[in-house]
Amino acid sequence: MKHIISILVHDEPGVMAKISGMFSRRGFNIDTITVGKTTQPGISKIVVTVIGDEKTLEQVEKQVNKLIDTIKVTELPERSSIIRELCLIQVALSSKKAKDDILNYAQVYKIKIVDLTLKSAIMEVVGEPSKVDSFIDLMKQFGIKEISRTGVTAIGRGENGSKKTN
Amino acid sequence: MRGSEIFVQTLIKQKVDSLFGITGGVIIPFFDTLYDNMDKIRYILTRHEQGAAHAAEGYAKALGKVGVCVGTSGPGACNLVTGIADAYMDSVPILAIGGQVSTNLIGNDAFQETDMMGITNPITKHNYQIRETNKIPETIMKAMKIAIEGRPGPVYIDLPKDIQLGEFTGIIPTKVEIPGFNPTIYPNPRQLQKAVELILKAENPVLISGGGVIISNAYKKLFKFAEILACPVMTTTMGKGGFPETHPLSIGVMGMHGQEAANWAVINSDLLITIGCRFSDRVTGDTKTFAEKAKVIHIDIDPAEIGKNVGVDVPIVGDAGIVIDQLITLLAKEATKLKNKHSAWVARAKKILADAHALEERDIQKEGLTQKFVCKELSKLLSPDDIVTTGVGQHQMFGEHFIDFTKPRKWITSGGAGTMGFGLPAAMGAKVALPDVEVYDLDGDGSFQMTSQELATIKEHKIKVIPIICNNGCLGMVRQWLELFSKKRYSGVQYSGNPDFGKLAEAYGLKGITVTRKSEYVDALKQAKKSDETTVLDVKVAAEENIYPMLPPASSLKEIIGGKVIFNQTWDDVLKKRAK
Repeated sequence: MKHIISILVHDEPGVMAKISGMFSRRGFNIDTITVGKTTQPGISKIVVTVIGDEKTLEQVEKQVNKLIDTIKVTELPERSSIIRELCLIQVALSSKKAKDDILNYAQVYKIKIVDLTLKSAIMEVVGEPSKVDSFIDLMKQFGIKEISRTGVTAIGRGENGSKKTN
Repeated sequence: MRGSEIFVQTLIKQKVDSLFGITGGVIIPFFDTLYDNMDKIRYILTRHEQGAAHAAEGYAKALGKVGVCVGTSGPGACNLVTGIADAYMDSVPILAIGGQVSTNLIGNDAFQETDMMGITNPITKHNYQIRETNKIPETIMKAMKIAIEGRPGPVYIDLPKDIQLGEFTGIIPTKVEIPGFNPTIYPNPRQLQKAVELILKAENPVLISGGGVIISNAYKKLFKFAEILACPVMTTTMGKGGFPETHPLSIGVMGMHGQEAANWAVINSDLLITIGCRFSDRVTGDTKTFAEKAKVIHIDIDPAEIGKNVGVDVPIVGDAGIVIDQLITLLAKEATKLKNKHSAWVARAKKILADAHALEERDIQKEGLTQKFVCKELSKLLSPDDIVTTGVGQHQMFGEHFIDFTKPRKWITSGGAGTMGFGLPAAMGAKVALPDVEVYDLDGDGSFQMTSQELATIKEHKIKVIPIICNNGCLGMVRQWLELFSKKRYSGVQYSGNPDFGKLAEAYGLKGITVTRKSEYVDALKQAKKSDETTVLDVKVAAEENIYPMLPPASSLKEIIGGKVIFNQTWDDVLKKRAK
């Protein structure tokens, strides 16, 4: 089971090492981890996808909370959160047919083509991880040259969207 | 003002009066400032930084105040690591200061550069690398606050050389705020109510007092609470002394080498009222079968400990003392109801305790110079205020089993980390903290030799302690495990090259007494006590003595072996039962 938690932290040197080190030390599995600044100077937000049962999730939240650099930990349940990931996919354009097919798929999926040469195209996929996964699957037949995924970021919906913990 | 100056001044303002450590390359500016402040801070030059860290722990545990240690960059700071890790496991508030190469050299593999931030990340409550001289006071104040508030723990400060030499032009804050660091000390009233309901319903409750009770200075409150509950009271290894072991409700220490009565009570209890204990594997054994009949009320200041190792019915996050106080208030009107409710249950547990003691006493009389005897006689001689520190191994568990304490902060041991070599430097630190108290270091020949160079420190600073070395010429605890679980294949446990510890003490200008007969021991102890000088007792105890009862590793409490009353079974018996 995947869980998404968002962590507000003091933007101090080494904070990522502390958080990720704690995860590995305690045997928690991180699926994705992203970090970015917030509107408040000196405070960053880390979004982590963890794999584990409810008990693991509870321990993760408590252990993260215990780190002094942590200001707040929030679980973002799937049903009440907006979850997004960005993926850049570079696909080979081996034939005219392949090119047409790829452009068609991109249109259906409403995916931006951000670079196009005679031999390859780079597409920018933004969406829930499942959408990213399925588009990647679709592109495999054409020969994916390289992909780059950001990992998940998320935010609670509305005012009651996020369950505040601890 | 120079960085090192503001650093030392802030330490003094934070009421640091003692400092253990060793100087070296990049920490010289700090020591240069210290030179002018030796009247305010007692500096104790240890012979190894590990000794400094354990001394800081001994100081902290004896006083309930932050202990401070210091080393230079690279190997100096690395040598502090064992002590820092030990403090982390046992929630000991220490401030460890490590020098660091100048900021412009960090990351370049400069001479004596080690990434101490990386190394201390997993073994500290928090760590700081000071990168601006102006941040020195604020950082120290935060570090001291973090070390002692909530669940205490070690904080490491990495102090680059140029920061010590830089000019301080900032303002000294009067207090510091750490957003997000607000330990929960007041419990949730709803949970308290649930706890009270369980307590009133329980037929066979037990009170388990952990290290958290001592840390919270809740000794008197716990005493009152226990008398209201009027149920059997036990402690963990770290909680020993949190409840007087001579009290009619006390059934001793639980866990791996605990009293049969205590472990029997846990197995048969229907309610564990657990305060400030993290249910370590040395306490529970196999968690699946731990206290199967019991509901669990778990009181701890660290929410992450609740539900981590064992399932909990009523979680209460809060400071032990405050929670106990509130429970006392809620239970006050029930006190008469509870007064005699559990007396039969208490009597059964107490009878097991007494029967086991009688049989153990018989062994002590019958056997020669054993560790049991050493500990039992020491127990008789101790004044309530005397402190006993320990190394790690058989002697430590014999101490746990055979020495009674009636006050907290008197049993100072390395529990979670099990750090051999803890005893002597910790004794030194405790004596510096409380110079008027007699401090014994109950040690083993293995543990003692890991930090015995601190005898020089002890001589130099006239710190009188009494090391009692249970010298069995081997790593006794491992030898016991090998005897029981590895068909006596004694791999890597023999110490055939031990020095004459008495002469070793003399070489340091101290006194030494070798004890080879039972009849000599008490007299030697008394001599050591009377002397103003540290006297090392080299007690040649039996080589093949085992500490029983014993919970075999990863086994269920029911499978405790070597008991005399309830757990009167061998490891073979246990294996046979399992095979069925």
